[in-house]
Amino acid sequence: MSVKQISVFIENKKGKLAEATRFIADHNINLRALSIADTQDFGILRIICDDPKNAQAALNEGGYITTVTDVLAAAISDTPGSLATILEVLSDADVVVEYTYAFNSSKAGAYMIFRVDDNQVAAAALAGAGIAMANQEDLF
Amino acid sequence: MKKYFQPEIETASLEDMRALQNEKLVKQVKHVYENVEYYRNLMDEKGVKPEDIKGVEDLHKLPFLTKADLREAYPYGLLATDLKNCVRIQSTSGTTGKRVVAFYTQGDVDLWEDCCARAITAVGGTNEDVCQVAYGYGLFTGGAGMNGGSHKVGCLTLPMSSGNTERQIQFMRDLHATILCCTPSYAAYIGESIKDMGVKPEDLDLKAGIFGAEPWTEEMRRDIEKSLGLKAYDIYGLTETSGPGVAFECEAQKGMHINEDHFYAEIIDPETGEVLPEGSKGELVFTSLDKEAFPLLRYRTRDICVLSREKCSCGRTLIKMSKPMGRSDDMLIIRGVNVFPSQIETVLIKEGYSSNYLIEVDRENNTDTLDVYVELNPEQFSDTVKSLTAMEKALANAMKIMLGINPKVHLVAPKTITRSEGKAVRVIDKRKLHD
Repeated sequence: MSVKQISVFIENKKGKLAEATRFIADHNINLRALSIADTQDFGILRIICDDPKNAQAALNEGGYITTVTDVLAAAISDTPGSLATILEVLSDADVVVEYTYAFNSSKAGAYMIFRVDDNQVAAAALAGAGIAMANQEDLF
Repeated sequence: MKKYFQPEIETASLEDMRALQNEKLVKQVKHVYENVEYYRNLMDEKGVKPEDIKGVEDLHKLPFLTKADLREAYPYGLLATDLKNCVRIQSTSGTTGKRVVAFYTQGDVDLWEDCCARAITAVGGTNEDVCQVAYGYGLFTGGAGMNGGSHKVGCLTLPMSSGNTERQIQFMRDLHATILCCTPSYAAYIGESIKDMGVKPEDLDLKAGIFGAEPWTEEMRRDIEKSLGLKAYDIYGLTETSGPGVAFECEAQKGMHINEDHFYAEIIDPETGEVLPEGSKGELVFTSLDKEAFPLLRYRTRDICVLSREKCSCGRTLIKMSKPMGRSDDMLIIRGVNVFPSQIETVLIKEGYSSNYLIEVDRENNTDTLDVYVELNPEQFSDTVKSLTAMEKALANAMKIMLGINPKVHLVAPKTITRSEGKAVRVIDKRKLHD
């Protein structure tokens, strides 16, 4: 129960993000979700797309540094407290969350993406709490 | 007021100086040949015997010594006397792997301190002065040399060492320091600090500053003179030859007089090694003339400068050298510390990084900054900021251990550091150190 996320190393300079997203568009990669973490020097662009294998190959070919990480996509309802509930479940299971970001699609609904220290433990805890999770194919 | 510390030397006629140099050189070469196997081998390889050297005219026949020789001979290979005759060791500042250790007999310490005393006297120092030495004490030659010179002149010496700026300023005020010795960047820093503490230059008694161990500009000189209310003078030296005081500026503030009765200077073409006529720009080479423990013949400093025997308004006849205008190797002097790009490369390779890097040196508020840009290898990439910043930190630490100064490390994407066709540009020095 996980989703493949591609992370791309991008220098924190004017135009670099535009360059990278244009590159992605030119290679017909359809972004479903995206988040950026940044420092003064560099940023990490994290993306979820329909064909991660080909997308990574294209990015590497284009000279980008990338890595693929398995992340969890937990369904989230449109009610107050639903994110807190998920985080509490993870916390109770001693799972460390590295980062999280939201993702919404008309077809699949709303999800939170979680990068955690232990996917198995996290997935089991979420399943145990009745929280639905998505696979790659569920999102497209 | 005493104008010269050793007038008979400092104002000697060229003829007398030559005679003295020739006499000393013959003895020095013999001393080296008999006691330093390393250099004897170099001379034998070149087919030169001590008898071939009858005066400075013959100096060009002798082989050069370089920093590489000093490293190879580390630590005792160039020692020319028994250790029991030595009383002191000094060493270059914190450059692991490139460290130079110099030995001194009491006679060597004396001649070195004489040189520093000449420098202090040249800026108006007498036994009525209070000389604050804010160069580092310890292995670094700055503190020890100026401390000894100050004693010889008879100044009341404040052996402050560097750092603890508030205390420096307090002593400077309360004990009425009149002469300040430190690196120019530290002088500039003290100048800023007194302003922050609400102290005005006229609250201080400083009249002169002797600033060396790193390159500085005329602009910096004016800034320091204004902020501290003194006249700022340059001083030149290197651990290999003894320390500060090899050459010093006089009241004319126009070039540094070389203590050529102890250190004979030549200018050579760094490519061919050929000696160039006076007035040519080239690499400065020093030959010690009367050192006992660590005599160096034809030591290549890698500093590029010009020599001139033009008449000086101070009355000294000692030959003058210009401020170094650059280096014939890639050494950088950053915050007074010698840094070679190859040291940075060594750390990168050892830590598993690409050896494609760029060093950027700049000066902000009169303090040098060192930024190192390193290309990230694809296999090192992790998708958390935490791990990438930890990598930058670890790399900066490893460099600090190697260099002795703290760089700022920036990870960049692969192939973003420009690769030039011929020689790679590894260093961008944005400091305008040479006018």
